[in-house]
Amino acid sequence: MTEPAQHIQPAMELRGVSVNFGSVRALQDIDIKVYPGEVHCLLGDNGAGKSTLIKVLSGVHRPSKGEILVDGKPVTFRSPRDAQDLGVATVFQDLGMISLMSITRNFFLGREPTKSKLPFSRIDKERANAVARQAMADIGIDVRDPTQAVGTLSGGERQSVAIARAVHFGARVLILDEPTSALGVHQAAMVLKFIIEARMRGLAVIFISHNIHHAYPVGDTFTLLNRGRNRGTYAKSDISRDEVISIMSGGEDLKAVEAEIAGLLAQIGNRPSATP
Amino acid sequence: MAVVEDKATHPDSPAKDRFGMTSKRAGGADERLASTGRLTQWLRRPEAGAAGGLAATIIIFAMLPGAANLYSLQGSMTFLTLSAELGIIATAAALLIIAGEFDLSVGSMVGFAGVVIGLTVKYWGLPLWGGIACAFAVAILTGYLNGLIVVKTRLPSFIVTLASLYILRGLSIGITRAVTGRTQIPYILDGAQDPGTAGLFNGHLLTGLFHWMGAQGWIATRSDGIPFVVGMPMSIVWWLGLTALAGYVLTQTKYGNWIFATGGDLNAARNVGVPVDRVKISLFIYTACAATLLATIQVMEAGSADTTRGLLKEFEAIIAAVIGGVLLTGGYGTVYGVLFGALIFGLVQMGIFYTGIDTDWFKVFLGIVILMAVLVNNYIRLKALGRGGGK
Repeated sequence: MTEPAQHIQPAMELRGVSVNFGSVRALQDIDIKVYPGEVHCLLGDNGAGKSTLIKVLSGVHRPSKGEILVDGKPVTFRSPRDAQDLGVATVFQDLGMISLMSITRNFFLGREPTKSKLPFSRIDKERANAVARQAMADIGIDVRDPTQAVGTLSGGERQSVAIARAVHFGARVLILDEPTSALGVHQAAMVLKFIIEARMRGLAVIFISHNIHHAYPVGDTFTLLNRGRNRGTYAKSDISRDEVISIMSGGEDLKAVEAEIAGLLAQIGNRPSATP
Repeated sequence: MAVVEDKATHPDSPAKDRFGMTSKRAGGADERLASTGRLTQWLRRPEAGAAGGLAATIIIFAMLPGAANLYSLQGSMTFLTLSAELGIIATAAALLIIAGEFDLSVGSMVGFAGVVIGLTVKYWGLPLWGGIACAFAVAILTGYLNGLIVVKTRLPSFIVTLASLYILRGLSIGITRAVTGRTQIPYILDGAQDPGTAGLFNGHLLTGLFHWMGAQGWIATRSDGIPFVVGMPMSIVWWLGLTALAGYVLTQTKYGNWIFATGGDLNAARNVGVPVDRVKISLFIYTACAATLLATIQVMEAGSADTTRGLLKEFEAIIAAVIGGVLLTGGYGTVYGVLFGALIFGLVQMGIFYTGIDTDWFKVFLGIVILMAVLVNNYIRLKALGRGGGK
């Protein structure tokens, strides 16, 4: 197991985090360090504990054991809003976007810029529209009309609005939950570019995926999860794409399955032409 | 979506150049907006269907016999008053529906609030304003409890407030009969001489103007020179005032944004820090208070309270909201549409009366209007999302 050769403080760190749901141990003793300017990929197959881990990182669940540190200080998230206030922003798979509301209204939801401090003060719409448009342009998205409903956008565009929102509101740790899973090739490429963009701005990006082909090109560090446990954290230089796939799918298990299949095929006299 | 494909497939598109840099170009207008004309934009507004429906209703009744009476100043004030009484609670119901919840106890609250005013003023000797204050206090408590139960148990508000519907109606009848031996409380205003407070709810505005118009011979007057319509009834003033206020809050303020978000996607709203529970509870309180305002107006006008008042008003409120373009599933709608919805309701109710059509047909008509409204709403919602139609 290799640690990335970095001496700066991690932007976010999990120490010995376990999560139990009744008798189910969803996560066991997870240690993760995420550094600024790094894309840290959390990889794992279905049921590996990715979703639970993301909920711990984002403040939806509280760990049963262990601690979360942001900038070296132990923190407790009571809600996703708590996490956001400490600069930990999560773009969930459902994106947290409300389709019937406009881009601007979604962008500023919960942080609406008002013209005064009075309770029913007017939202400064001109400023909100301009800021939303600029924030989107900053990460390379040209919004046609910030007042159009989010439901009219494509999946990739919605994803980018969500990322732009997180970046704009001062996220230092950006957690992306399967951002490319529902997207086509072009749109996935667009989202991967935003990830690089965020990294270049010095954000610590946590990229959760089960798709190694999306994660490997943009990732700096890979943490592999399997059945609720950390199966190792590797720098990109220390691990190949195939090795990642092998560990992700449970390595030995897969070899056993392959051998079994090969045996079956041999029995019926139809040998595979190539074994990976 | 076309735009994204453009960026990805054309190597010289601006998106490529901007990658990794900050764009300053974004401030200006976008030429691709031109395709959305003003008419389309207007048609996409949620109240467009209701506005069209209102125009059609006005024209239909104008062509039927009795139109002259219906559209006379008196006739207009009559149907406007009906619309106003419905509109006051429908606006509140609409905000609540937009936030994703229903309140079926509105009608019972109207009856119960009337009973509270009647009993406190007539039997417990409170001044009129004190009785009204008691009714509002009860409304705040009822709305708070409705809201609290809904957000804590996460049960559908449909069921929770259906229970409140029966509890409040039962309490109205039970308490009134226990105290007075009857189900009505008449002559409430006789002992309480407080024209100032009463006038706030059953008085008229612009009486000087109407008197002057009567003196000019522009509007019909009685033999003593006092016009038949002495001014604009306060119910209409309350209705228009509350609609304007609700419209402002919904579209212009932070709280309004939260109402849309709460009904649009509860989890997403909660995750970005919108206090969704507070939004819902406050709207349940507002709905109960709107019902109490209507009850107060009715008590001041009739001088009596009746335990059966407000019967089925909860459904009329929901109907007006739906006709007004509010989406039953939450997250979408306007209060201006509800204004049109309430107008259609009042106009049809009085129109059928004036034109001499058998009033038995009113409910048939109402059913058809609801169905049409829901179909139009669904279509408009799809339009708003830029989809042509269908699923």
